[in-house]
Amino acid sequence: MAQISDPIGGDSLIPHELQRNPGQHLDLDWVQSLVVNRSAVERRADTFPKRRTVKKEWQAAWLIRAIECIDLTTLSGDDTTGNVHRLCMKARNPLSGELLESLGIESVHTGAVCVYHQYVSDAVRFLKGSGIPVAAVSTGFPAGLSPFKQRLEEIHHSVSDGADEIDIVITRSHVLRGDWDALYDEMKAFREACGEAHVKAILATGELGTLTNVARASAVCMMAGADFIKTSTGKEPVNATLPYAFVMARLIREYQERTGAKIGFKPAGGIRTAKQSLDYLMLMKDELGDDWLSPHLFRIGASTLLADIERQLEHYISGRYSAFNRHPMG
Amino acid sequence: MSKVADILETLPYGPAPEDAKATAKWLEDHGRKFGIYVGGEWLSGESHFESVNPADGTVLGSIAQASNEQVNQAVAAARKALPEWQAMGGTARAKILYAIARKVQKHSRLFAVLETMDNGKPIRETRDIDVPLVARHFYYHAGWAKVMEAEFPDYQPVGVCGQIIPWNFPLLMLAWKIAPALAMGNTVILKPAEFTSLSAILFAEICHEAGVPAGVVNIITGDGEVGRAIVEHPNIDKIAFTGSTEVGRIIRKATAGTEKKLSLELGGKSPFIVFEDADLDSAVEGLVDAIWFNQGQVCCAGSRLLVQEGVAEKVYAKIRTRMATLRVGSPLDKAVDLGAIVDRSQLERINSLVEKGVEEGATKYQSPCDLPADGFYFPPTLLTDVEPASTVAQTEIFGPVLVAMTFRTPAEAVALGNNTVYGLAASVWTQNLDIAHDIAAQLKAGAIWVNCTNQFDASCGFGGYRESGFGREGGREGLYEYLKWKTPTISETKQTSGESLPKIDRTHKLYIGGKQVRPDGGYSYEAVGQEFAIANRKDARNAVEVAASAQASWAKTAAFTRSQILYYLAENMEGAREQLIAAIQPTGGDSASEEFEQAIELVLHYAAMADKYEGTVHQPPFRGFTYTQNEAIGVVATLAPESPSLLGFLGVTLPLIAMGNAVVAVASESNPLPAVELMRIIEASDVPAGVWNILTGHHAELEKTLADHLGVDGLWHFSTVTSASTVQELSAGNLKQTWSSYGKNIDFTSTSVEFLRRATQVKNIWVPYGS
Repeated sequence: MAQISDPIGGDSLIPHELQRNPGQHLDLDWVQSLVVNRSAVERRADTFPKRRTVKKEWQAAWLIRAIECIDLTTLSGDDTTGNVHRLCMKARNPLSGELLESLGIESVHTGAVCVYHQYVSDAVRFLKGSGIPVAAVSTGFPAGLSPFKQRLEEIHHSVSDGADEIDIVITRSHVLRGDWDALYDEMKAFREACGEAHVKAILATGELGTLTNVARASAVCMMAGADFIKTSTGKEPVNATLPYAFVMARLIREYQERTGAKIGFKPAGGIRTAKQSLDYLMLMKDELGDDWLSPHLFRIGASTLLADIERQLEHYISGRYSAFNRHPMG
Repeated sequence: MSKVADILETLPYGPAPEDAKATAKWLEDHGRKFGIYVGGEWLSGESHFESVNPADGTVLGSIAQASNEQVNQAVAAARKALPEWQAMGGTARAKILYAIARKVQKHSRLFAVLETMDNGKPIRETRDIDVPLVARHFYYHAGWAKVMEAEFPDYQPVGVCGQIIPWNFPLLMLAWKIAPALAMGNTVILKPAEFTSLSAILFAEICHEAGVPAGVVNIITGDGEVGRAIVEHPNIDKIAFTGSTEVGRIIRKATAGTEKKLSLELGGKSPFIVFEDADLDSAVEGLVDAIWFNQGQVCCAGSRLLVQEGVAEKVYAKIRTRMATLRVGSPLDKAVDLGAIVDRSQLERINSLVEKGVEEGATKYQSPCDLPADGFYFPPTLLTDVEPASTVAQTEIFGPVLVAMTFRTPAEAVALGNNTVYGLAASVWTQNLDIAHDIAAQLKAGAIWVNCTNQFDASCGFGGYRESGFGREGGREGLYEYLKWKTPTISETKQTSGESLPKIDRTHKLYIGGKQVRPDGGYSYEAVGQEFAIANRKDARNAVEVAASAQASWAKTAAFTRSQILYYLAENMEGAREQLIAAIQPTGGDSASEEFEQAIELVLHYAAMADKYEGTVHQPPFRGFTYTQNEAIGVVATLAPESPSLLGFLGVTLPLIAMGNAVVAVASESNPLPAVELMRIIEASDVPAGVWNILTGHHAELEKTLADHLGVDGLWHFSTVTSASTVQELSAGNLKQTWSSYGKNIDFTSTSVEFLRRATQVKNIWVPYGS
């Protein structure tokens, strides 16, 4: 979390460590009762960004929080130790010192760095001492169709390499075929394999066909112990969208009402502008409450978003529109 | 600590005010004093009243109170402009409407901010809903102007239209009134509501720039007295009113018998029905749009929540959770959900109704939001433990107050939904197609929204059933309000003196509930040499009673079956040819057999049309469709002309029967014989008991009972022995729809679609879809 310069109290951290999701038995009645009306959700999603906005200092503060919630990500076939290092350095120092000073903020870093298993140990090394967790995508990311045993092993490897968070992908066919038992068992096994590492369940919403399936998959994964539910791998034709976010947030709320557990939400893929990140933050505030305005319960999976936020913050400070080349690459 | 760091601790929403400088400049440029727009010029007011910003109580400017003389001037200007406006033709008018639409878009933010400051509704709504819908309305109607002549050959412009609009959607209601009127070649005098005149004044300026010819659009401001002057003005051909049912009734009475065309869009207490299989979270979000849109000051607000008992507590809990994040505040803030109530008086009314509800046992929950210190604000409110017997379940509150009740079955949902004097709109939430369309068909309301609410578009008709008024705005159906039927008339009807016919004394009775019955009063009168029963008020009452109980199933009877019954009627009439011709003869003379042939043709026409006057599918800009149903009005009383005795009687009865109405038909006074002969024929033709009731007697007496009867939904006054004044005045009781020939000799051989149009009311059913 941001360290806020406070002359009296010294550095204060916003508190509360996330409680793990205890999970619960598979309640199929609940799963079957879930229905989502697509047009109604889309209407809500269309009007929401026009109902809420933050301006000036408020916008600057919200954008800083957005940075703190970014899982700064690189998931490309051409990743190397070099570009992972560059990314980690950016995660440690997402804003220039000059900008930080103007904003009156002592330090800020991203919520996590997210990489393939291959670069977990590098990232752990590059981030040492920063307090920034390393997240690994796992279980045959992005399709999730490698042998089940191998998917579990992949989790074990990443955890033993130092990953603090594991982003698993679910088997879409379980959802498309309505095999909720299989999805529940799979998710439960992944959660167990993660051990102390927090687990984010990637639903690959763009491949689930209907919003009702998104709702049901969300419910099953939460019951099976997912700490976060996440929209997408970033590799589907459609990734994070506000309608998916509304559906998943509503399920997180209902799960909390049923069990008391707070589950995190991570939209990923396609979130490139500062405005978009604010929309998601505002959605969290309105649908789930202020507890979700924190990296403990909210992350954005993104790679280029940070650059746009930097430009907007510079604009807030200087009153001039900025350019990408003025900010260090991640 | 820096301000940013401070905010970062809790991340509240900060202020996000819309810049009102351009609007303030517009007000200043006018010296904050406004005149009225008449004949293309601005006239100064003799006296003024203040327009107040309800968000903070500040005065925005002085609005002219139009004098009677100025109203006269406006009517004269509109009258003068009429011939040239019509002579311009549809294409020229289309261009002007198009120009208005363009200009509304070009000045959209000025309109939005001005409207928000004058009315108190959030800038999000004026910016994203009101103003875009206004532009769309003018674009859409520009199209109709272009094709009017080809599409409506049986119709002509009405003439000078007086239009009176409310304060809840000042500019949008103006557009709903002016766009169709202009498109159909009329000229208008429009009076905005006293609380909210400013956007109409800006609109007048836009019209001026758009090249609207002088006198075509006249905007006159003022209080109810100005409205009264418009309503009572002898030189106005049509009154269109949107507002309270109370004022609607006054207007109905004031225009009775004047031949002024009338459309009324009045109050509502619209049900919002949530079935247990609905997407409950989306339904709750729908409620935000239903009752917390425009602070609940919406005539079609979903103000009565009906939720299936098994999920009621769950839904109430979800509503309370949702209410906690509603933001109430300065309407110019871009991130508020609710702004200010339009006026202190309205705020007081809301307060007292909510208090009354609590007194009667309702449990009150209000959003835990902060209200601004100045201005008129009311928090979003949910009243549970409300039953139909509660005042708040029946009375229109016109504020952000939702009342909630439960139901057990679909049938009970319909019964509760229809348990109101109103019938403007309804929402139905279910994922089940069968339930959705079945409930939509049974709800008595002009607009049904399936899994959505408060949807409006220029292409779809909007308007009420029952005491929510009559007439439609939007769509093809809305255009008829600004068109006058080219009434087919004949120069003169034959009326030969009655000659005594049969030798054996016959006892003619009344036909009520499928049986011939003696009149309650035991009196008869003589016509065409025979004695006919004099029906009295009790007979009329009995006829309405049986009609009411027969109507619902008649309307549900397959249209094909209704058609078959009418063919059978023709067949049986053919069998009674001699008898019917003889019955016509005493007054029809030589043309009796010709009239008989025409009558048979008419029956065949309505037999044919019974299953062919179908609804349509509108194409509003969303994924889904809006389908319309031409639904029966209900129980309709008809008064037949004196002659032609058979053709006239059938002409004012058959269209109604064909469309599924139940009819109480009063026969010609001077020759009721053909109607009486029809009794046995109807009985033999499988027309279900109660669908077609026939009374004989004195129009002057019967029309009073029928027009006054709150169970009669419509009245066709084609009597040539009484004027339309009485029935139109008395119709105000339940705002039943009336149609009168005003004593003209209608050509009943006409098969104009107008008869079927008048025999039905249009229901628009919105069905968004998406897998």
